[in-house]
Parts: sequence; structure tokens; C-alpha cells
Amino acid sequence: MSRNANAAAGDASADEILRFTNVSMRYGRGPDVLSDVSLSLPRGSFHFITGVSGAGKSSLLKLIYLAARPSTGAFRLFGEDVTRMSARDLPMARRKIGVVSQDLLLLDHLSAFDNTALPLRIAGHKPAEYRNDVAELLTWVGLGARMQALPPTLAGGEKQRLAIARAVVGRPEILLADEPTGNVDHEIALRIYRLFVELNRLGTTVIIATHDQDLVARSGRPVLHLDKGRLTPLASQGPVA
Amino acid sequence: MSDVFDITRWRPAPYLPQAEARDPALIFVIAVLCFLACLTALGALAGDRGARGWTGQLVGEATVIVRARGGETPDAAAARAAEALAGLPGVTEVRALEREKAYELIRPWLGDIADLDDLPVPRLVAVTLDRKQPATATALDKALKAQGLDAVVDDHSMWIKDIRRAAGVVRGTAIAIFVLIAGAAGAVVAFATRAGLAARRDVVEVMHLIGAEDSQISSLFELRFARIAALSGAIGAASAGLLGAVLRMIGGGAGITPALPIAWIDLLAVLPCPVLAALVAALAARVTARRLIKGL
Ligand SMILES: Nc1ncnc2c1ncn2[C@@H]1O[C@H](COP(=O)(O)OP(=O)(O)OP(=O)(O)O)[C@@H](O)[C@H]1O
Ligand SMILES: [Mg+2]
Repeated sequence: MSRNANAAAGDASADEILRFTNVSMRYGRGPDVLSDVSLSLPRGSFHFITGVSGAGKSSLLKLIYLAARPSTGAFRLFGEDVTRMSARDLPMARRKIGVVSQDLLLLDHLSAFDNTALPLRIAGHKPAEYRNDVAELLTWVGLGARMQALPPTLAGGEKQRLAIARAVVGRPEILLADEPTGNVDHEIALRIYRLFVELNRLGTTVIIATHDQDLVARSGRPVLHLDKGRLTPLASQGPVA
Repeated sequence: MSDVFDITRWRPAPYLPQAEARDPALIFVIAVLCFLACLTALGALAGDRGARGWTGQLVGEATVIVRARGGETPDAAAARAAEALAGLPGVTEVRALEREKAYELIRPWLGDIADLDDLPVPRLVAVTLDRKQPATATALDKALKAQGLDAVVDDHSMWIKDIRRAAGVVRGTAIAIFVLIAGAAGAVVAFATRAGLAARRDVVEVMHLIGAEDSQISSLFELRFARIAALSGAIGAASAGLLGAVLRMIGGGAGITPALPIAWIDLLAVLPCPVLAALVAALAARVTARRLIKGL
């Protein structure tokens, strides 16, 4: 998959994967759920987004995975102004983003295997090219024995891992996860977290929205804290080994 | 585990659930409406053919009433009139009717008369006209006047006008009913497509999220619903065609009745039905899918 998105002509910060400048966002004619957010994330970084329920975590992720647009302000992704992206560019940009959304969005009529293979099929790859990768990935997330299961027959934690498998199967440049450890016990939460760390080590930029303060604290990763839609600095936490 | 999964035999499953492809209720409704639309189309064609038949028969004929003048016998006058008309352009055949024939025609008004010779019964001359370029009444009249004959030409134009009007009403009604039914069929196809697509919002949402192009998503639904509509349209069209064929056979060469004659070639009118149904469904699916995607 192409990895030269940030070679955009004339972009000063080539290692910047996204930048928000004074971004606000609202749903329809409702109030701003994000206000004046300015933010720049370097390629290959690993961030948590925290904040109470309704603070705007999911909304910020939606902006990043191009499911919503800022109502004001500028948003650059992969070095490109999102508002200037054409109808053809948007799907291509989405293919470089892996998403584990809060409501998982699995297709109930497709097997775990088919759900996972979806992004690769959409991108036009041949089954013979990727089926082994898909099987390997599912085994890696602990679903090796449930590859033919339909999502409704999976346990909550299994669904979550399936959604994660689908998010990462296309080797995205950014991985966005919204409460990926919401439904799982501590053991699995840790396993999922390690998976993200592993992907991050391979170069993927990772952003995780979570309520799991324990996980955030133990990871020692930088935090983007939202308070009523505003980015508020927490006591800075440098990465801890 | 009993279910051994052999990935080398794995084939990607269709994006859309298969069960819906055979949604019997949807197929039934579309098929019935297509059937009705095809039936009205056949009716319109038969009506049109019938109307053409009625006027065609009348256009092809004219009647000339000849009265004897001076010392001439009625028979001689009729013969002279027939002669005068025979060579005219637009006239294919001329036949002077015998006295008895003429009498037959007026008997209902006069009752039985013992001696026909006592009565100055006018003679009739039947003129068969060229269907393509029939001679006009004035042309016939002029030819008769030139021979000094006392004759009146009736080219049935009064009747033709009425019949034409009746035929126009039949044709217009049939077309209006056809347009209504075809419109209803199209609307049902469109509504059913929209409903079916809304029920598969999850597929639209997921495919959109993972980077499918709008056309990739909508073509999925276009194909699905076009196929359903084509199948339903084929069922409806075949049923209507079959019914038409049965009517054609029962009615013989004249169709149901001489008033609504179905020809074998009319049955071809049902052929575009599946294609049209599929096109309407595909278009509705595209519009709905694009709108759904935009709303995400
Ligand atoms: N689709 C929507 N339409 C209208 N308002 C919405 C929509 N989604 C979210 N909101 C509103 O936007 C605000 C922020 O919601 P958001 O989902 O981003 O919060 P969150 O931080 O992810 O919360 P949680 O931790 O509960 O997931 C809330 O006030 C919510 O009611
Ligand atoms: Mg949320």
C-alpha cells in the first residue's frame, strides 16, 4: 500500500499526519460539540483521547475518519486539506484509516472471516493474495477458531477483537479506536492494547478514545483531554518506557 | 472443533444477504403490476387495431344513389353512372346493384310492395375505393355531373368521423390506463427498492467507512434490485403474453372479438417490460443509495 501520502508538495511538516486549526463541529443545527480545537499529531505517534461521556471524543474521531466535517476551521489529513478533497480522494483517504467505532459496525450476515476481509476486497485485492493474512490476523486476535462464526454468535469481547482485526487488516496509516476495551475484561483489554502497541511499532499512528484511566495511566502515552468539546491540557505525560 | 475451516476453499461471500434476493412478496407485487401494465399495453394495441379496422372498411367504400332522369330507365342510368366512375383514379371497383338489392335496402321503410315497377326506386352503385389514395366524394360527383346524371355521392364521411372519434376515445383510454398502470408499477419498484435499501443501511455504512467508492456501493444495490425487478417483470410479462396468446387462439383470427383483435405480433409488446422494470429499479436504487451515503 502506498505510504507516500505525506509527500504533499510544499508541506512544511512532512512527518505530520494530521492538523486541526481552530476546528469546531456540530451535528446539524445543534450546538458545537467541539470548539476551537487546534492540534497537530506527528506520524507514528500514539495518543489517547479522554474526557467524560459527551465530551466529544467520538466526534473528534469521526472528523479524523472522514465521517463528519468541521463546521469551521481547517483540517489537514495526510498533508491535504480535507475540505478540498474530491469525491474520489475521500474513499482513498479512508482506506488509509482503520476504524474501530464505538458501535463496531460489523455486518451480521457475513462471517468473521468475511467481515475481516472486507477492506481488502473493497480495495480490489484478490482473495488468493490476502486470505492467509486474514486467517493469520484472526488467529492473532484470538479468533482462530471462530473464523466462520457470524457476529451475532460472538461474545462481546470477540466482536470487539473482530472489529479491530477489520480495522488493521489493510495496514492503515492511522488506527482510530473508540472504546476498544469497553466490553472486555482486563486481561483482554491488555492484549488489545499490546496489539495496538505492536502496530504502532510497525509505523501506524494510533489514536484511542477511552474511559479506561487505568490503562491510560499505565501506558504512559500522551493524552488529548476533551472537556465539553474543548481540548484542555492535562499535566503533561512524557512517554514512559 | 467440528467445523474445520479450509481457507484455500474460501470464496468471498456476497456483500448483501442472499435471502433478500428472493424476497417473494416484493417479486409478487412487482410481477402483478408488470402483468397489469403488459395487459393494458396489449389492450391498447388491440383497441388501436380494432379502431383502424372499422374506419378502414368505411374509408374503402362509397355509395352512389342514382335517379333516372327523362326517358332513361333506372337501370340504364345506374349502368351509365358505373361506367363514368369505373375509370377514375382512386377507384378500384364499381358495381351497380340490381333493383332487388336496392329494394332490400329500403324495404324496412316502405314495407312490402307488390309491383316494384310502379315505384321510382333509385338505383345504388357501390364503389370500392383505393385504400391508400381513395377518390374524394367531390371527384366522384364531378364525374357523374359531367355525364348529366342525377346522383348523390355518399362517401360515409359522416360515419367515419364518428367512428374515428370513437376509435380515438378507445385508443386514448387504453393509453391512459397503460400509462397509469406502468407509472404505478414504476413507483412500486422504486418504493420497494428504497425500502429494501434502507433496510441494508448497515452495508452502506460499513462499506462507506472502509473506503468503498460511492459507485461501488450503489452498483451493489443497482444490480440486486435490477435483478429482482427483471425477474418480476419477466414473470408479469410472460403471464400477460400467455393470456394474450390464449385470447388470440380462442378468438381465432379476429382475436377476443372483432372489436379487440389481438395479433401475434402484439405479444412482442410485453418484451421490454423486464428491461424497463430493471432500469427503473436500478435508477431508484442508485438515487436512494447515493442519498443514503450523503446522509452518513
Ligand atoms: N449523531 C449525533 N447527532 C446529534 N448529536 C450528537 C450525535 N452524536 C453525538 N452527539 C452529541 O455530541 C456530543 C458529543 O458526543 P460524543 O459521542 O462525541 O461524546 P463522547 O465523548 O464520545 O461520549 P462517550 O464517552 O459517551 O462515547 C454529545 O452531546 C452528544 O449528545
Ligand atoms: Mg463516544
